[in-house]
Amino acid sequence: MNRFVIAAYVENKYGVLTRVSGLFMRKGFNIDSLTVGETDDPAYSRITITHRGDDYAKEQLINQLKKLYNVKNVVLLEHDKTVERELMLVKVKNSPENRSEVMAAAQVYRAKIIDYNPKTLCVEVTGEPSKIDAFIEVVKPLGIIEMCRTGVVALERNRSITE
Amino acid sequence: MHKDAQKTMTGARIVIETLIEQQVTDVFGYPGGQVLNIYDELYLAKDRIRHILTAHEQGAAHAADGYSRATGKVGVVIATSGPGATNLVTGLATAMLDSIPMVAITGNVPTSLIGKDSFQEINITGITLPITKHNYFVTDINELADTIREAFQIAKSGRPGPVLIDIPKDVQVARCEFCYKGVVPFVEQHEASDEEIDRAVELLNECERPYIYIGGGAAGAAMTKDIIALAEKIDGYVGCTFMGLSAMSNSYERFLGMQGMHGAYASSMANKEADLIIGVGVRFSDRATGNVQKYAQNAKIIQLDTDLSEINKNVKVDIGIIGDIVSSFSRILNRCEPKKRPEWTAMINEFKAKGQEVRRQEEEAAGDALTPKKIFDVINEVKDADTVIATDVGQHQMWTAQYVTFERTRRFASSGGLGTMGYGLGGAIGAQIGSGDRTVLITGDGSFGMNLNELATAVSYRTPVVIVILNNGVLGMVRQWQTLFYEKRYSNTVLERKTDFVKLAEAFGLPGVRVTTQEEFRKAFETAMKHDGPYLIDTIIDKDEFVLPMLPPGGSIDDIIISKEVSV
Repeated sequence: MNRFVIAAYVENKYGVLTRVSGLFMRKGFNIDSLTVGETDDPAYSRITITHRGDDYAKEQLINQLKKLYNVKNVVLLEHDKTVERELMLVKVKNSPENRSEVMAAAQVYRAKIIDYNPKTLCVEVTGEPSKIDAFIEVVKPLGIIEMCRTGVVALERNRSITE
Repeated sequence: MHKDAQKTMTGARIVIETLIEQQVTDVFGYPGGQVLNIYDELYLAKDRIRHILTAHEQGAAHAADGYSRATGKVGVVIATSGPGATNLVTGLATAMLDSIPMVAITGNVPTSLIGKDSFQEINITGITLPITKHNYFVTDINELADTIREAFQIAKSGRPGPVLIDIPKDVQVARCEFCYKGVVPFVEQHEASDEEIDRAVELLNECERPYIYIGGGAAGAAMTKDIIALAEKIDGYVGCTFMGLSAMSNSYERFLGMQGMHGAYASSMANKEADLIIGVGVRFSDRATGNVQKYAQNAKIIQLDTDLSEINKNVKVDIGIIGDIVSSFSRILNRCEPKKRPEWTAMINEFKAKGQEVRRQEEEAAGDALTPKKIFDVINEVKDADTVIATDVGQHQMWTAQYVTFERTRRFASSGGLGTMGYGLGGAIGAQIGSGDRTVLITGDGSFGMNLNELATAVSYRTPVVIVILNNGVLGMVRQWQTLFYEKRYSNTVLERKTDFVKLAEAFGLPGVRVTTQEEFRKAFETAMKHDGPYLIDTIIDKDEFVLPMLPPGGSIDDIIISKEVSV
């Protein structure tokens, strides 16, 4: 079971996201994360999917995605040639015991405190998914109230999906 | 240029004009509130396009599917919103699983009422997402004509399939300019590289026991001559999937029949013993391969397909060749070396002889009883090369696959992948109307009960469909499994219905007759095959007839049940 990241260049149209996510459902593949957003050309969106599975799942997913009519290109992003980022917002309790530790962790992780009120602190962390995982481990004992991850966005360094 | 070119038209009119532009001559369907405008235009265009009114939208969908199977053209079906649209679902799924090109047009409530649970509103594009090749919800009148054109292109191109277009009523009423564009060309297909072809040829030249395994993809393409040419050139043998049954003449001496769960002994054994399998337009479905872990362990596999996602989906292959299968196949044919393989021929002849011997013994044991084989002997004798055979799903379907001798392509309409009971009558009507040739529907009393309302359609249009009900009073296929694997606990498979199919026929306005012997059947069938219009033959057979051979579910060729005496 390997983790892999697939990028799909799709028409920015009604129902396209459902077609893509529906494909995962009917082939019985679970999605780790899925992000979607408009590209520089507003007619197209880019979907980034991370999935954990074997080579069979990887091949089937890519080939099945290519069959969808609104999907213009599908690329398997090669791990060592790809930059990946994820963003997380995490809200923790703001108490005298917590405060300095959260702020210290934020500094080490180059995270930002984006909200501060008498009851809670909200931290924004950006980085590779493993960094996000590590930050969660640090703040977990301090009491996470709620959190939200965007899922991975990724670009290959030397190749473009529109080529 | 047509006289109406560049004229403003309503959406409903554009639907009809675009269908005509795409060379559609027949559509199947059922009117309703949200397609009233389309039906109004159909009325006005009735000299240019024929509409066949069925008894139920499901029957219309199956008819459009059968029409396509018998002609290769895109079958078209029209239904209203809500229940009209949901009634198409089984028909679309049937076409999807068998890669049949269809275009379904549904009306929907006006866009202002969408999403409000309005009367007869349903999100049919959502419902049919996984069972169509693609679908559309048209909200802009200016996109309507091109959407329909694209739908036809998608339905026909590459691996064919059904496409649905949902058109809200306000779009049918709106007006815009319309220009005739003519038939859209197929999407160009990827061509296999020379290296891929060379690697396949290399495997072929090296092998000792080649087996050509053809499926629906081969049946849909005109490639019979090439298949025979390759078999002759390499001294190979041909077997097929259920969907590949009407791909070529089954009386060709190197044709071994359907392989798989209820396949012929010879083709299943050839598949097992081959050292090279050339799969042509097949998906290595579980029904054809048995347990994939044990499938063709001694063989290298070459797979030719137009759909990239089929390569390595069910069976890991040595060479997957993507692209137009007709062209890939003929390139392999031209480059491979001619070679005689007498040992392989000797093995095949043994398999054939064993298969035939078992059949012979079974028939001998049956005596004068009206066995399925006796029925199909008569059908084969009386039918001609152009007769279309349609079926429902169950034992009768497998007997059809085993016994009917198809002589040419596109003479078979049956639900293979989805296994849709109730497909047959609609499918047969569509196949008859499309081909213009007499069609024989082989059905069972269970399947026929599901959609027999389409008798009304066959009578109204005087469709020459001969309906042969193999009536055993039980759900025979499920019962067979219960006999073999559930210790004869016949849960809900004994019908014990009082339906009199002969009287039923009379009520619907067609002749019907009940037969219990081969001679009675012959007489009835000969009469039916000359009758102007539909004809029903209620054929009484024993409830304990089995479909054999059988590979048990999850089993392999090593577990084959070849004779009833051995297994029960």
